Amino acid sequence: MRARGLTKRFGGFTAVDGIDFDLFRGEAFGFLGPNGAGKSSTMRMLGCVSPPSAGELTILNGDPVRDGPAIRSRLGVVPQEDTLDSELTVRENLLVYGRYFGLPRRLIDERTDQLLEFVQLTERAGDQVEPLSGGMKRRLTIARSLINDPDILILDEPTTGLDPQARHVVWDRLYNLKQRGVTLVLTTHYMDEAEQLCDRLVVMDHAAIVAAGTPRDLIARYSTPEVLELRFAPGAQEVAAEKIKDLSPERLEVTANRILVYAADGDEFLARVHAAGIEALTELVRRSTLEDVFLHLTGRTLVD
Amino acid sequence: MAVGYRADGPPATLPRAPGATVLAVRALRCWLVMYRRTWRGSAWTSVFGPLFYLGAMGYGLGSLVDKNGTAALGGVPYVVFVAPAVLCVQAMNTGMSASLYPVFGSLRWNAVYLAARATTLRPADICRGHVLFMALRIAMNSACFIVFMAAFGLIRSAWGVLLLPAALLTGLAFATPTAACVITVRREASLNYPVRFGAVPLMLFSGTFFPVTRLPGWIRPVAYATPLWHGAALCRALSTGTAFASTGDAASAAIHVCYLTGLSALGLWLGGRTYRGRLYV
Ligand SMILES: Nc1ncnc2c1ncn2[C@@H]1O[C@H](COP(=O)(O)OP(=O)(O)OP(=O)(O)O)[C@@H](O)[C@H]1O
Ligand SMILES: [Mg+2]
Repeated sequence: MRARGLTKRFGGFTAVDGIDFDLFRGEAFGFLGPNGAGKSSTMRMLGCVSPPSAGELTILNGDPVRDGPAIRSRLGVVPQEDTLDSELTVRENLLVYGRYFGLPRRLIDERTDQLLEFVQLTERAGDQVEPLSGGMKRRLTIARSLINDPDILILDEPTTGLDPQARHVVWDRLYNLKQRGVTLVLTTHYMDEAEQLCDRLVVMDHAAIVAAGTPRDLIARYSTPEVLELRFAPGAQEVAAEKIKDLSPERLEVTANRILVYAADGDEFLARVHAAGIEALTELVRRSTLEDVFLHLTGRTLVD
Repeated sequence: MAVGYRADGPPATLPRAPGATVLAVRALRCWLVMYRRTWRGSAWTSVFGPLFYLGAMGYGLGSLVDKNGTAALGGVPYVVFVAPAVLCVQAMNTGMSASLYPVFGSLRWNAVYLAARATTLRPADICRGHVLFMALRIAMNSACFIVFMAAFGLIRSAWGVLLLPAALLTGLAFATPTAACVITVRREASLNYPVRFGAVPLMLFSGTFFPVTRLPGWIRPVAYATPLWHGAALCRALSTGTAFASTGDAASAAIHVCYLTGLSALGLWLGGRTYRGRLYV
């Protein structure tokens, strides 16, 4: 997959503004960004269900506009909003979807058994989809997207709205797929998800890519190894921020409810904070995450 | 490895996508899976509704009409006059009901179209597959009604064997343009208009329950322009046997067929475009 200057406009509004990226076989590639960054618009173009407004896009050596049907037959897609047929049973959903790809009934049945096993929905095979929980529906959508044995799996926010346990199940399954050589493209606004799953990722903001690299690279490039998080009583934050600035930290971010101090060694800096007589309500030293990278790049937090 | 996906890489070249017919039939087969769940509910109303109509209008009202002479009806009993028209009304209603809410719902309620567009199908295939399914529904309902007509002796000519394709064509002339338009509709409430201002007046004033010649002169051209009039006139000519009685009759029949085919084809062509406009943006 290769994109150069990929652009999507809706009327006068530019949802994706000339992004470039390359995606290699067998890797897991992430698009990280806040609401409205243009992730889903990009995924729809990659899924060949939305024509690019400008730029080049090549998928599996094909042109998405000209070879759309052929490319789509080799893709698996998990859209942001589930598109399951809630009146049908779990098994029927897979049957219908497999038929769209023209697979023979026997093969569909065989794969259905394996896939339901894979996403742990075997017991619900005969049940209607309607009453399934959000996490089960998400897993079913993932199973369904694999019915055609895709080369590339495109997942738009695969775990949004799931509880932590359900998210871990999904991560586990996706990791498993990656091990089997399926190329993954996913969007998320969870930093931990991106760190867990992605070999490489791009950070999108306001329709553009603001940084690209491996999670480690990005952290090394845009953040310090450790972060000191301090919370203060209401009103005390500003004064404290000024005082901490005097201690000349590598970088300082003041968000709505906390101060983030970037330092190579968090504990050492905390000791200096104490020595300066600054008392916070809570103090936490942690490793830098992609959240900090994002904050640095955009001046905003992702999920707040 | 037990699971059926490959661990090796993708093929160097892309597979060939199948032709339009194959893709439309795939979409149709998926509709059949869904129809398995719902056919009972819809079958009762769509088969027995028109029968009640025929009973009340044809035999009940007909007993009054026939007393006053049936010359204006072409010399046949009222029930024979009205039965082919009720067949067309049923085909129209099936065509409309199979296209209005199902098309709207496939985008809004259960996302059938959104699921389908992520696969090998193109928007036009999705449209054509759904139209095939609508055609099947129209044909099934019409076939039931034609069997009843035959059983009650209301088909007076061997040309009656062509009633099924004629009714199907009538239904499609409504279904394909409706589907093409509904896909662009954003508000559910808009779906009432085609029935309220389309199907209901057409049913009453298209030469269905009485000949168009009984309408005031100025409104007749409007009636002649409607698909239901063409359908009803064609079916009536087939079931009473006047379709090919003279060259003039044969010409009218040919015009009806062309009109209905043209409208169905126009709807299908338009649907290919509107579906694309909505599913590929
Ligand atoms: N079909 C459309 N018509 C008009 N504008 C659109 C359309 N789809 C998306 N947009 C706009 O494009 C922008 C990017 O949307 P997109 O869905 O790609 O964001 P996203 O990164 O996926 O956000 P989220 O995290 O909320 O899913 C938004 O401002 C949205 O309003
Ligand atoms: Mg999105």
